[in-house]
Amino acid sequence: MSILIDRKTKVVVQGITGRDGTFHTRQMLDYGTKIVAGVTPGKGGQKAEGVPVFNSVAEAAEATGANTSVIYVPSKFAVDAIYESADAGLNLVVCISEGIPAVDMLQVYNYLKTTKTRLVGPNTPGLITPGVTKVGIMPGQIHKKGNVGVVSRSGTLTYEVVYHLTLNNIGQSTCLGIGGDQIVGTGFIDVLSLFEQDPQTKAVVLIGEIGGTDEEEAAEFIKKKMTKPVVAFVAGRTAPPGKRMGHAGAIIAGGSGTAAEKIAAFQKAKIKVAESPAQVASLVEAELEKLKAKAKKKAKKKVPLKKVKTKKSKLSKKKAKRRTR
Amino acid sequence: MKIHEYQAKQIFAKYGIPLPQGEVASIPEEAKEIAAKISKPVMVKAQVHVGGRGKAGGIKKADDPNEAFEMASQILGMEIKGLTVKKVLVTECKDIASESYIGVIVDRNTKKPVIMVSAAGGIDIEEVAKETPEKIHKLEVNPLLGLQSFQARDLAYKLYSDTKIANQTSPVIMKLYRAFCENDCSLAEINPLITTPEGEVWALDAKINIDDSGLARHREIEEMRDLDAEEQAEVEAREKGLSFVKLNGNIGCIVNGAGLAMATMDLVKRFGAEPANFLDIGGSSNPEKVVNAMNIILRDANVKAILFNIFGGITRCDDVANGIVYAVKQLNPQVPIVVRLTGTNEDKARKILEEVNLTATSSMEEVVKKAIELSGTSQMKMFER
Repeated sequence: MSILIDRKTKVVVQGITGRDGTFHTRQMLDYGTKIVAGVTPGKGGQKAEGVPVFNSVAEAAEATGANTSVIYVPSKFAVDAIYESADAGLNLVVCISEGIPAVDMLQVYNYLKTTKTRLVGPNTPGLITPGVTKVGIMPGQIHKKGNVGVVSRSGTLTYEVVYHLTLNNIGQSTCLGIGGDQIVGTGFIDVLSLFEQDPQTKAVVLIGEIGGTDEEEAAEFIKKKMTKPVVAFVAGRTAPPGKRMGHAGAIIAGGSGTAAEKIAAFQKAKIKVAESPAQVASLVEAELEKLKAKAKKKAKKKVPLKKVKTKKSKLSKKKAKRRTR
Repeated sequence: MKIHEYQAKQIFAKYGIPLPQGEVASIPEEAKEIAAKISKPVMVKAQVHVGGRGKAGGIKKADDPNEAFEMASQILGMEIKGLTVKKVLVTECKDIASESYIGVIVDRNTKKPVIMVSAAGGIDIEEVAKETPEKIHKLEVNPLLGLQSFQARDLAYKLYSDTKIANQTSPVIMKLYRAFCENDCSLAEINPLITTPEGEVWALDAKINIDDSGLARHREIEEMRDLDAEEQAEVEAREKGLSFVKLNGNIGCIVNGAGLAMATMDLVKRFGAEPANFLDIGGSSNPEKVVNAMNIILRDANVKAILFNIFGGITRCDDVANGIVYAVKQLNPQVPIVVRLTGTNEDKARKILEEVNLTATSSMEEVVKKAIELSGTSQMKMFER
């Protein structure tokens, strides 16, 4: 299991004949992603990297059964590309393109709420279920199949963290970039709740950064709704106010959105916050150890429960106590 | 991007928002001429990208053209919060009976445009929001429908009990919303929106911030950019396609990716030094970009060491290495350079770097520590931890 993408994911690449589209189509195919179609208006009937090209997403979906699209078109065509995929009824649209104006994204976001289509991005590296499939631009080789879900607002910082996880032999269930813009289709909370429901995911890494209050809301959600351990990292402790730090969404505006506020929110919710990307791995390792110990304890306690019937009442008391903790 | 009050008013004027007569002046003579044209008492207002202009003495009243000349002489060239005043807006003075606030923002939480109005305008609205949030009325607009007239009327009635004034105000709110959407604003506000004793409504001040991503489709707004108000190095970096923010530390940072760049700066601080900048060379890594990045950073005299932190994915490490070699040969930097490379074509990159006697590490923590050590600014904090 994983979230959002798996073996059944059939991808159509929008902008497949462009420079980025072609390059990443090759990369994704090499990783094992099932790319069934590409779309470039006016180039229907051609092939790109061996993949059939169609004039429209609807046509591509009908001919190939594609259920997911990934968008590599320039930003001024990206909004149209998102609407086109939603209109074709795809389940998931991953928009890699960067630079979509916020007022357009407000419309996209609110329109998609009326459809069944989920948008990841824009300005995202995409998502990967290691060893199975990737829909995006992240380097596949740094990932390892496993039980830790990763959700992030960033690209290369996520690679850095994943690299440390893999070095420490901690595999990942799915890694997903929600995107660096102010308005994105899928937020932290959406992804956290998917990880919470996913049986393969045992623990989650959340990588946030300055700007907005998504991390604060995520902290609240984790505290109230999640049973799985979460380790957080927040970038931008040294970022000055009022300056956009690369990502459109990474800006401390009107004194709010600082790293300190976000870290405090996580700590208040009893979520471990790493001091550096490398430290994420050791904190996750500790959380996984704790889970193992808990599972062992549980297994041990179950044995006498069956054998020694006389101690049952005492044990169930203990059990009740444990629950309340 | 920020634009000045007079520029925001130029945009508002296109939408028919009621604005007092006024023009911008760069020299006192111009201010005098404008005041003569208006032939009423005027306000002379400093055009700088900071709040609190009035308190700093950047807004003054002038009763006649000669006084306007005098006030403009005082204000032009003065410094407000570190920014030099290069232009003043000379605008008709209005009698004020009441001051309100109206503004529209892109709201990240609700994912909608949100209109805020308050009868407690004229002063810092953030202060009002903090101290007395009940005085601010908010409306979430459905961006697919846009603002409806009845919604604008509702807001106007919240501001004014006098229906005559409210009826003049609701169209102003409609126009402000349209200006906001059509110009890719991230914020558009009128503070204060005033009423006069005669019952007229005027937008006395105007503020607009533009969403950088929207600038591509508004060349006329891009031309409003005040290059004087920005850090020279930041202007140059933007022209070269680099995302750069100048800071005050000693460790120059060149990184691929915004998140990793921030995390690198944070690590510099954690190990006891201060970063000199934020710099993201982006995904594509043509050698030219590396040269430009290094050139911009080297011009900062505070920089005592430069660190590269590259996580190759789509970015190829050998491309960056070629850029580093080229830059070192061309710029002959006098500060130590340390390099971290991990990922795509890492081995090739190491070989390339040997040419200029650089050895790359593969650890981010290591490269940051090394940069601090070589910069001579270390407070040895790293060994305490």
